[in-house]
Order: sequence, then C-alpha cells, then structure tokens
Amino acid sequence: MEPRLSRYIWSHTRKQQLWILLVVALSMVPYFLSFDLPKQIVNGPIQGEGFDSPEATQAFLPISFDLPFFGEVNLFSGIELGREGMLLGLSLVFLLLVIINGLFKFYINTYKGRLGERLLRRIRFELVDLVLRFPPSHLKRVKPAEISTMIKDEVEPMGGFTGDAFVQPALLGGQALTALIFILIQSFWLGLVAAVIVAVQAIIIPRMRRRLLVLGRERQLTARQLSGRVSEIVDGIGTIRGHDTSNYERADIAARLGRIFKIRYDLYQWKFLVKFLNNFLAQVTPFLFYSIGGYFALQGQLDIGQLVAVIGAYKDLPGPLKELIDWDQARQDVQVKYAQVVEQFSVEPLIDVKVQEISMAPAAPLTGALAAVNLSVADDGGSRLVEHVSIQIQPGETVAVTGGTAGGGEALAEAFGRLTWPASGRIVVGDDDLHALPESVTGRRISYASSEVYTFQGSLGDNLLYGLKHAPLTEVVYDGDKAAHRRWELMEAKLAGNPCFDLNSDWIDYQAAGATGPEDLFAKVRAVLDVTLLTNDIMALAVRATINPAEHEAFAGEIVAMRGALRRRLEAEKLSDLVVFFEPGSYNIEATVGENLLFGTVTNTERWQQALESHPFFKTVLKRAGLHEIFYEMGLEIAENVVELFRDLPPDHPFFQQLTFMTAEEIPVYEALLQKVRGRPLEEVSEDDTIKIIRLCFGYIEPRHRFGLLTDGLMEKIVVARREFSDGLPADLVGIIEHYEPNRYMASASIIDNVLFGRIGHKHTDGSERIRAIVRDLFESLGLYNKVLAFGLDYDVGAGGKRLTAGQRQKLNLARAVIRTSDFYIFNQPLLALDQRTQDQIMRNVLDFLRARERKPAILWVLANQALAEHFDRVAHFENGRLVQQEPKIPSKDSDYKELAS
Amino acid sequence: MLLKDEVEMLRRITLFSGLPPAKLKLLAFTSDRVMYSAGENLFHQGDIGDAAYVILAGRADVLVATPNGQLKVAEVEENSIVGEIAILCNTPRTATVRTATALEALRIRKDDFLKLLADFPEMAVEIMRVLADRLSQTTSELTEARSRAQRAEA
Repeated sequence: MEPRLSRYIWSHTRKQQLWILLVVALSMVPYFLSFDLPKQIVNGPIQGEGFDSPEATQAFLPISFDLPFFGEVNLFSGIELGREGMLLGLSLVFLLLVIINGLFKFYINTYKGRLGERLLRRIRFELVDLVLRFPPSHLKRVKPAEISTMIKDEVEPMGGFTGDAFVQPALLGGQALTALIFILIQSFWLGLVAAVIVAVQAIIIPRMRRRLLVLGRERQLTARQLSGRVSEIVDGIGTIRGHDTSNYERADIAARLGRIFKIRYDLYQWKFLVKFLNNFLAQVTPFLFYSIGGYFALQGQLDIGQLVAVIGAYKDLPGPLKELIDWDQARQDVQVKYAQVVEQFSVEPLIDVKVQEISMAPAAPLTGALAAVNLSVADDGGSRLVEHVSIQIQPGETVAVTGGTAGGGEALAEAFGRLTWPASGRIVVGDDDLHALPESVTGRRISYASSEVYTFQGSLGDNLLYGLKHAPLTEVVYDGDKAAHRRWELMEAKLAGNPCFDLNSDWIDYQAAGATGPEDLFAKVRAVLDVTLLTNDIMALAVRATINPAEHEAFAGEIVAMRGALRRRLEAEKLSDLVVFFEPGSYNIEATVGENLLFGTVTNTERWQQALESHPFFKTVLKRAGLHEIFYEMGLEIAENVVELFRDLPPDHPFFQQLTFMTAEEIPVYEALLQKVRGRPLEEVSEDDTIKIIRLCFGYIEPRHRFGLLTDGLMEKIVVARREFSDGLPADLVGIIEHYEPNRYMASASIIDNVLFGRIGHKHTDGSERIRAIVRDLFESLGLYNKVLAFGLDYDVGAGGKRLTAGQRQKLNLARAVIRTSDFYIFNQPLLALDQRTQDQIMRNVLDFLRARERKPAILWVLANQALAEHFDRVAHFENGRLVQQEPKIPSKDSDYKELAS
Repeated sequence: MLLKDEVEMLRRITLFSGLPPAKLKLLAFTSDRVMYSAGENLFHQGDIGDAAYVILAGRADVLVATPNGQLKVAEVEENSIVGEIAILCNTPRTATVRTATALEALRIRKDDFLKLLADFPEMAVEIMRVLADRLSQTTSELTEARSRAQRAEA
C-alpha cells in the first residue's frame, strides 16, 4: 500500500477533491455577499442614506458590470422601491443568502463525509484483502485481536480526515494569506513583524509537535497490544484459572494501563503546552503592534489610521492560522496512524492477486501427479522439519505416511495443504508449481483436513458446506426496491474499490459435491455424514432441540403419531422395560414424584417455586388426597438421608453434582431444621418448615435414589391426586405447567422427549443408547429421518465451534473435505480427538467412500497408528524429517518394515 | 435393591472393607446401578476410561485383542472391581470386559473414584495392594512363559 496517506487519498479521490474545491470556491460568493448586505441594510433603508425625501425611491437589484473596452453593461436596471419596500426586499435577500449558505454548507459537509466513508471502506477492505493474502509464516506471528483493532479502530480517523485533506488547507491558507497581504499593504513594516511571528509559529510549533507524534505512535501501539492481551485473557481463561495466574494477569494489565496512562498524560501535557505557546505567539503580535506601532505613531512616523487598519486586519489572521495548525496536527496524527498500520500490513511475500482470482467455471481435474521435489520445510525457529524429501503421489493412488510426530510426515502434509511454504525445493502438480497455480484449482482439486479445525460461527450445515462456497454461481434477480438497493450497493462498492460479489447469491457449488442442485444435495450430505460417523452426533443434537409445534405443524403431528409406533416396536423386540411411558392412570416409576403428581412439566420454574410456597391450592389438594402427612414424613426421610450422606463433605465436593434435592449450602439449613422438628407432630411444625420439607419429595425417583420410600399404596394415592391437580388448577397457575397429553406435542419438551413420552429406565447403562438407535430406526422407516437431521444441521455451533466436542469438530472438518470432489485428499491425522476404534472405522469408511467415486482420487493419509497402513497402496515412512522407506504395501507380517515400525 | 443392601454388598469387597459405612453409602449413592445381559460389553479395549465397575452379581470375561482374534485372559466375578486401571492412569482401556452371564454392577465415575481415593488413603493403599498382587501374578506368568519359550527353542 501507498506509505503516505495524503498521496493515498489524492490518488483515490482526486476528481472529487477538485470538485469539492470548486464548490467551496463557489460558496464563497454568497458568503461574502452576505457579509456586505447588513451594511447596506443599515446604511440604506434604516439610516435613510439615498432616501432624502419620503417619496424617494432606489433601484433594487440592478445588475450591471464595468467591463474594459465595453464600458458599463447594464443587464437589469432594477426595480424602483421606496424605503420600506427596500428594507423588506433587502431583508428577504439576506434570508435567501442565509438559506443558500446553509445549503452550500450542507452539500459540502455531506459530500466530504461520503468521501471520507468511501475511503474508509476502501482502506478497510484493502487491509482485510491483505490479510487474506498474508504468507502463512506471518500469520503465526500476529495476534488476531491486534489486526482487528487496526482494521476496526485505528483507521477510523482517516475517514474523517479525508474530506478535509485538501480543501481545508486551501481554504484556510487562502484566508490567512489574504489577511497577511492586507496588513502588508497597510504597513510594510508591521506586516513584516506579523509575517515573522507567523513564520516562527510555522517553524516552532510543528517541531514541538514531533514529540506529540512520537507519543501518539506509542499510544497507538500500547493500546493495540492491550487489546491483544485482553483477547488473550479471554481465550486463555481456562489456563489462567487452572494455574492460579489471574493475579499475574492483573499485574500485567495494571502495568500496561499504567504505561498507557503515562503516555496519555504526557501527551496531554505537551498538547496544552503547545497550545499555550501557540496562543502566546498569536497574542504577542498585537502587543508588538500596540507598543512599536504606537511608538512610531507618537513619533509621527506612522499614520494612526494605518495602525488602526492593521490592528483591525490582524484579528482575521489568528483564526485561520490556528485552524490551519490544528489541521496540520490532525494530518500528522492520521499520517502516523496510517503509516503504522501500513507498516504492519506490509508483508512480503504476499500471495499474488492472480492466485486468488475468482473463477466461476468448475476447475478442470488435475491429471498430473502431486509431488514434492527435493522439498525442505522449516519451522519458525529455522529447524528443518522436512529435509530434502522427494515423493510422488500418482492420481488415484493411496499413500499412508507413518513415522510419528517427529518424523516429518505432518510437516509434509501441511506443505501439501499449503499451510506452510517450502524453505527450499518445490511442490508441483504435474509440471506446475503448487503455489503458482490459482487457488480456484488448488483449493478445489486438493482437499486438506487436519486435527486443527476451524469452525465458523453459524449452523452446522453452513460449516459442512463451507468448502463448496467458491464463487457466487447464481445471478439473483431483484425487483422493486430491492433492485434499486442492489444497484446502489454495486455502485458504492465500485466507488470504494470493493468487489461486487453478491452475498445473497447461491455460493454452494453443487456440482463439486456431486449433486445437481439444492434438491439432491441433502442425499450427498447424508452420505458424507454417515461416512464420518457424524450422523448419530447430529441426530443426538437434533432430537434434543425444542421446536415450535405451531411452525412445524405436520412434523409435530407425525412425532405424536410415532409414540404408538415406538411402543409397538419395543413390545415386538421385548424391550418394553427400556422406557416407562406416561400413562394418565398409572404412576411412572422413572419420573420424579413431582412429575407424577402434576403429570406435566413445569415451564416457568420461578413462578412454580413461588406458587409452591404461597399458593393455597397445593396444600388443599394434598390434604384432600391424604398426601400431606405422607409427603411430610417422606420429606423428613429424604432430608435425614441426604444430611447423613453429605454432612461431612466440603461444599465444593464433586459429589454434590449428583445431589438433586438441595444445594450444598442448604445442607446445614436442613440439618438445623431436622433438629428442630424431629419427634414433633406435624401440627406443631410451622407452615414454612413444612413446605421446605415437603418440596424435597418432588425430586425423588425411587430407582435412582433407592431410599425405599415409595409404596404401591402411595403411588396409587399420587395418581388419584393427579386428576385433582389438573382439573382444579386455578386460572393463575395455568401457564406454568404443561400437561402430558398422549395426543399433543409438548412445546416445552425436546423432540426425543416428545417421541418417548416417558422416561428411560435407569437399569440399563446403554438404555438411552439403545432407545436412540431404535428411535433413529423409526425415523428412517417413517420417512422422518431427513427432516430431523435437517433440524440438527440448523444447530448453532457457537464461536469457534465451542458448542461441539473436539471429536465432533474434527469429524465435521473431515466431512467438510470429503463432501468436495477433489483429485487429491491430504489427511493429516484428522481425528486425533477420537478413540482409536472410531478413528479406524472412519478411516476405512472414508477410503471406501472415496475409492467408490467415478474418478478415483489420490489420498495421502498421515497415520498415528502404523497398523492401519495395510489399507493403503503404499507406505512412506519418515524419520527425523527424512523419507526413510517407501514400500508398496506391507508384504507379510514379519517384514523388515514391521520391525522398523515397532 | 435398596441403598442399604448395596452398602452391605460393598462392604464384602476387600477394596472397600476398610471404609466407614457412611462413606460406603455415599459411594453407593453417587454411583449408578447398571444391569447387563450376557454377552454385552462393559467397556471396550482402546476406549478412554471414564468409570470403574463393582460387580454386584454375575460374571464377566476379560478379553484382549491379539492378531489371532480376542483372547480371554481372566474372569471377574461378584464382589470384584474392574476397569480401575484406565481411570487411574488415564490410559485407554487395556482390555475388553464382556459379560458371561446377566450382570449387575455399580458404575463409579472416574472423578468420583479419584476423589474417594484422595479422601480415603486407606482405599488408595488397598488399590495399591490389589495392583501389586496383579503385577506379581503377571510377572510369574511371564517368567513361566519365557522359560517355556526357552525350552521350546532348546
């Protein structure tokens, strides 16, 4: 980028700057006219100059010029008006001039503003464009937060400066020069004095400001580093807390803030010192006028009239001069900022613009071999990770790379994936250098996946299809307002040097995924998800989603209909004990007592708590059902048990996670409560205490807690009370409970809970696994599978994919590569987060899947486990960065290779 | 089976016999009671260990994958604990455990188990004793296997 801001602004806004200069010059005409007008109004109609008699009239708005050679040219002789008419006329002209001046100002300011915003847009875009073209080594060194601060905050003032960059100095300089010349004409010597002082100002002030600039640069750097550190703290919060280093971080931040404070305070002091000096110099000139000029006037060497005129003219000089100096300050300030930013972004060698050029056409298949020729790769410290390796991967061939972490296979794969650049040697595809080929070829015909995953914030589906979004493939047709808006967008983008790619276009390259369009893409997605064993993960996410049944009416209906099918299926497979269904007439042993009593779920916990404590309804119903006393006894029993179990544990003990009845803090409360009520009959216990004890029952599940508190008789009573609860529920409690109804979709429950309409038994560890498998199977047979899966693809993966597990992210990353049709697949231990068995399974799946393609692609797989090498055509073994051995498949069990590998 | 009964069963296991009854109850409460039918896997070799199992009733086989298929190396039965190595050393499971009969077990989660060891040193000592026993058994089996191999070579 251009290192000087003024030149950058000039080269991009030359025409506009000239235009605005012209408009400013033009605006001076009404501006000066409006200066002269008040004098005319006062002297003329008000004081009566030229209106000697009451009937006298004058010409209003005569237009005449004195032209050389022609003499006076009279275009319009004006309207004859009396004194009042003249006053009104001239006042109206004044008003008109005010409006015209205002409009000029409005136009100039908006024009300048727009100019600035466009330039800002251009700079920001160019910077991001540069980031996209940074070499990999540089990206390892920079902190993302610092780059984003530069692009977001540091270039911001440049937009504001753009409009004033050339107009302001021209305007103010002109004004100051006019004033100076006027003084010089009045009195040469006094003019000379003024000129000398101005010269002193113009030389000293900028010199003093140099220090301001140094400080300004420091301020910018420290602020940028601060933002980098803050983002580091946020990213590394786990490590910080885990190592108790939060106070070290506090110290670091405090020290940084202290430094920033010092710089800013220094800056502040200097700024006002300079201001003081500036003001002083400006005021010293009149002092010289008065003293020296006055002395000469007394001596009779100077006309008093001249002195007054000089002093009068001088008052017009400091204003523009001060503004000019301020403008210069602003200029230097943004220039420093700009130079700083440009320096940070001046990285060599950048990826050539041509390499990243957009290409709408599908890339032609690569027919040559992918090969490393005498390739060396070094890390940042300069030590060689790969040394003089030559290896060739023929189209259609599968190669396993072994040799462990220090071997060099990973570095080789990274070099093939263009994540690192060769230190020496080359990587070629056929006869072309890999780095000279456009990314529209290498980024499509070669797919790379490693265990280092980046997931973008958005839905799972977006992330899966991310690798297909190379170019806007469809032309979106807009109509009406949208068309106008699109035209405006295009025009503005062009004016700011931004590309015109339409984000609303369909960027997905269906062909590259082996599909013909959006309709059959889903089948491909499904296949890839199956291959990478992601389907079950996504289904698990999908079935846990809550949906609004009003929006998906048909689907909700089908889910409700599935309840019966599930029941029949479980019966047929003799697995009925896996799930205990909700039946209006019987107790559900796997659900809590509360759920059984309400026969529904609480949708608003807060209001429910309140109602439980203060609403008379519950107590009356419990009493009527004969449950009040039983629940009290049961609550006591639970409290006794829990207090006994957890009394001695410190409050942060992990066992408390399994305590559902109360929190760790409540243990001593209940302990004291038990002391108080033990042995006393219920009537003597206060209302509050009773509620505290009774509410413990609501979370009790017999098979889980195993205190032996639920008898058959009690369960029957609860079921009887259930009806009273639902029938007699007062109006003010209606919204907080959603009842279980066999024929209705529950909006507050997840999809799986709606299908099950019951609770999974505690007895089988893999009960929920098995149920999930059966439910998935049912979805498939009822044709609901894809619909549910689509809900899963809508799942928001969170910032950096944090809402997925590391294993899921890696599987997603692999799927993202496999869904693309490429000629070469480079897999660099892509599944490290998974257990060995799953890794093997997915690897075999992927190999089979890719081999079954019409054009069999070449695959290079860096393996962590040597034993898997038998699935490949060839094995390349690396040691200490060198290719030690290449073998076409391991011939037999006890070969030399096996020995070498072990 | 109630919590009380589980405590009784836990008491019969050597590993836990030294613990006060209140702690046994806590252990039982924080663990999951699980049931398996014959032929199911408690866990699989190579997986990451997340829990240990105390077998309350039934039998299971300990299987190790070899190039010639799975080899049964031991059998565990009532009142014994399996799967504690993987959660102690953070290594993948060293063997597969498959039920031979219907089986009932208490599943003790890794974090809970480690916390218990930290809280009750006598339990840690007991674990050490069990491991040392196993090591000496393995060593003697290895010695035997070696001498057999030597004899075969000679």
